[in-house]
Amino acid sequence: MPSLELLLGGVMLVSLTFYALLAGADYGGGVWDLLARGPRAKAQRELIAKAIGPIWEANHVWLILVVVVLFTAFPPAYALISTSLHVALLLLLLGIVLRGSAFIFRTYDATAAPGRWGRVFALASLFTPVLLGVVVGAISSGSIHSPSERVALAYFFTWVAPFPVAVGLFAVVLFALLAAVYLMLETDDAALQNDFRRRAIACEAGAALMALVVFLLSQHDAPAIRERLANSWWTWPLQAATAFAALGTLGALWARRFRWARICAAGQVTLILWGWALAQYPYLVRPELTIHNSAAPEATLLALLWALAAGVVVLLPSYWYLFHVFKGSTQKAPIRHG
Amino acid sequence: MSDLLAARSQMAMSLAFHIVFAVVGMGMPLLMALSEWRWLRGGDELDLLLAKRWAKGTAVFFAVGAVSGTVLSFELGLLWPKFMSWAGAIIGMPFSLEGFAFFTEAIFLGIYLYGWDRVAPKAHLAAGVLVAVSGATSGMFVVFANAWMNTPTGFLLVNGQPADIRPMAAMFNPSAWPQSIHMLLAGYAATGFVVAGIHAYALLGDQRNRFHQRALQLALMVGGIGAVLQPLSGDFLGKSLARHQPVKLAATEGQFDTESHAPIRIGGWPDVERGRTRYAIEIPGLLSYLSYGDTAAPVQGLNDFSRNLWPPVVPVHVSFQIMIALGTLMAFIALWAAWRQWRSPSIADSRAFLWAVTASAPAGFIAIEAGWCVTELGRQPWIIQGVMRTADALTPMPGLIVPFLAITLLYLVLAIIVVMLLARQVRESPGGSQPQPRGGGVLH
Repeated sequence: MPSLELLLGGVMLVSLTFYALLAGADYGGGVWDLLARGPRAKAQRELIAKAIGPIWEANHVWLILVVVVLFTAFPPAYALISTSLHVALLLLLLGIVLRGSAFIFRTYDATAAPGRWGRVFALASLFTPVLLGVVVGAISSGSIHSPSERVALAYFFTWVAPFPVAVGLFAVVLFALLAAVYLMLETDDAALQNDFRRRAIACEAGAALMALVVFLLSQHDAPAIRERLANSWWTWPLQAATAFAALGTLGALWARRFRWARICAAGQVTLILWGWALAQYPYLVRPELTIHNSAAPEATLLALLWALAAGVVVLLPSYWYLFHVFKGSTQKAPIRHG
Repeated sequence: MSDLLAARSQMAMSLAFHIVFAVVGMGMPLLMALSEWRWLRGGDELDLLLAKRWAKGTAVFFAVGAVSGTVLSFELGLLWPKFMSWAGAIIGMPFSLEGFAFFTEAIFLGIYLYGWDRVAPKAHLAAGVLVAVSGATSGMFVVFANAWMNTPTGFLLVNGQPADIRPMAAMFNPSAWPQSIHMLLAGYAATGFVVAGIHAYALLGDQRNRFHQRALQLALMVGGIGAVLQPLSGDFLGKSLARHQPVKLAATEGQFDTESHAPIRIGGWPDVERGRTRYAIEIPGLLSYLSYGDTAAPVQGLNDFSRNLWPPVVPVHVSFQIMIALGTLMAFIALWAAWRQWRSPSIADSRAFLWAVTASAPAGFIAIEAGWCVTELGRQPWIIQGVMRTADALTPMPGLIVPFLAITLLYLVLAIIVVMLLARQVRESPGGSQPQPRGGGVLH
C-alpha cells in the first residue's frame, strides 16, 4: 500500500494531467485563434469558440483542485512556491483572469468592435500557459527559495532564466498541438481539418525542438532533474514510449486517422508530464521539500483522500455527461428548438 | 503605504470584488431555474424568454466569479504564506469539497448555457437546478473556511504549532453554520433585489410589460424570502459572536464598558478616545437580551480587553449599522411586496412601489460588503482569532503596493465592462406586452 502522501501526490499529478489535456487544449485553441490565417480564418475562430465554449470553465477547475490539494496536503510547499514565485504567479493570474473574462465578453458582447475581446482572449491564451510552464520549470530547477534579502528584484531571479522560459514555450507548443489535433474531430469540413492538420504537424516538429532545448538547458539550470532523467532505469522505456507516441501522432495525422492522432497526442503529453513527475520524485520543491517532509499530519491526509473519493463519485459521471452532450458526435441532431 | 496595509487592501479588494460575482453566481441560477420550471409547467413562452435572459447574466457573472475565485486561491499563499503553511492542513477540507462543488457548477452551467437544443427539457431544467444547488454548496464551504478563522477549532496548540488535527471538527467550527446561513440568505436577498430593481426600473417606463412584471415577481419572491429570513439568521450569528468573539461583538455595537442591561445602539459614532459611543439611539437591555436571552445579562465591553486586541472600532460599528439599516429596509420592501401581491392583481400597479424597489436595487450588495467589513475587520488584529496575527502571516516580499495596484486596476476595468454589458442587455430587453422569444440557443 503506497503511503498517503504518495497517493495525494498521485492525485495532484492526475489532476495536472487532466488540466494539461483539457484546459491545455483550451489555451491551445486560443493560440490558434491568435494565429488564424487565410481564407478560413473566421471559420477557424468560430470552430474554436464552439469547441471550448461549453467546457472551458469545467476544465479550468482542475487547476483549482491541484492548488487546493497542494495547500491542504503539503502546506509548506505551497507557502514556499507562492512566496518565491510571487511575481510569476501574479502574472499567471492576470493571464487567467484576462483569458476567461475576454472569452465570456466576446461571447456575450455582440456589439463590440469585432475582434476586440477576441484579441485579448487570444493573447492571454498564449501568455498564460507560458507562465504556467515557467512556474513548473522554476520549481523543477531546484533554485527557488525564499529570497533572504528583502529586495523586490530577487523575486524575478527565481524564474527569469532560460530553462523556465524554455519549459513555458514547450508547454505552449504542446497545448497548441493538443488543440489542433482535437479540433480536427470537431468539424466535418475537410478544408478546416486540413488547416489544423498542417498546424498539428508543425507543432509536433516544434515539440521535438523544444524538448531538445529544454533537455540541453537542464544541464546547467536544472542539474538534479537532468541527472534523474539521464540515469534512472525507467528513463529509456519512458523516452521510447514518448517518442513512439509522438511518431504515432504524426503517422495518424499523415493517414488522416484523427481519432488515433488524438489518443497518441494525449498520450505523448501525459508521458512527458509523468516523466517530469518521476524525475521530480520525491521532491515537490528541490532541494528541501519532499512529499514526505512537507506532508500534513496523517489525519488531514486521510480526510482529504476520503473527500476526494467522495468528490470523484460526483465528478466523473457529471464530466462524462458534459462531454457526452457536447463531444459525443459532430453530427448530433438537435433535440428541440427552445 | 506599508506592505501589510497593501496586502490587506489587496485581499479586501479581491474579496469585495469576488463576493459580488460569487453571490450573483449563486442567486441567478435559482432565478433562471425557477423561470424555466414555470415554463415547463405552464408553457408560457414568456417564462422561457426570461430564463434565457437570466442565463446570459449568469454566464457573465459566473465566468468572472470563476477567475476571480482562482485569484483568491492563489492570493492566500501570495500574501499570507505563513497563515497557509500553518493552517492549510486544518482548513483544506472545506476548500477541497468546494473544489468539487465548483466542478459541478461549471459542468452543469456549460450544459445549461449551450445545451438548450442538445438535451431533453427535463434534463435541461435539472442542469439548472444542479447549478443552483452546487453554487450554494460551494459558497457554503468557502464560508466554513472563513468561519474557522473566526472560531478556530479542530486542533491543539502545542508550542505555537497545531497538533492533533481533526479536519471535520475544524470544518464544522462553531461559526460555520451561523455564518454560512447568513451568507446564503444574503446572497439570495441581494441578487433578488438587484434583479428586481432592474426590472422595476424598466417597468417605470413601460408599466404593462408582462416580461418585466413576471421577472419582478420572481425576483422579489427569491429576494424577499431571503430578506425576511435574514434577521433570524443574523440573530443566530449574533449569539454565536457573543459566545465566541466578544471583542468583535463589542466593536460592532460600540460597547465600551461591560454592563448589564446593555442597549442596542442604532446609529452613533464610537469615540474611541473617550471610550463611549455618541449620538446613538439606545434601546436599553436589548443587546443583553439578544445576546443571552436575558435583559439583565452582562455584556462584555471593549475596555475588558487590552487595547492592542481591539479591532478598528469605528469602521466595524459603522459598517454594521449600514448592514442593519439596509437589511431592515429590504425586509420592509419584501413585506410591502407580499402585501401588494395579496391585495392587487399586479404588483407593478404602484409607481411608488416600483420606485422603492428600483432605489433599493443596490441595497443587498452594499449590505453584503458592509457585513464582510464587520466580519473581517472585526477579527483584526488576528488572521486566526487568538492564534495568529495578520501581521505575522505576511509574505516577506517587498513592494506589495505594486500587485495591489495591478489587481485593483484589472478589477476596475472588469467591473466597468461588466456594468456596460449589463446595461446594454437591459436596454435591449423586450418591449411591448407580448414579446416573442428569439428561438435557438442562448448565443445570438
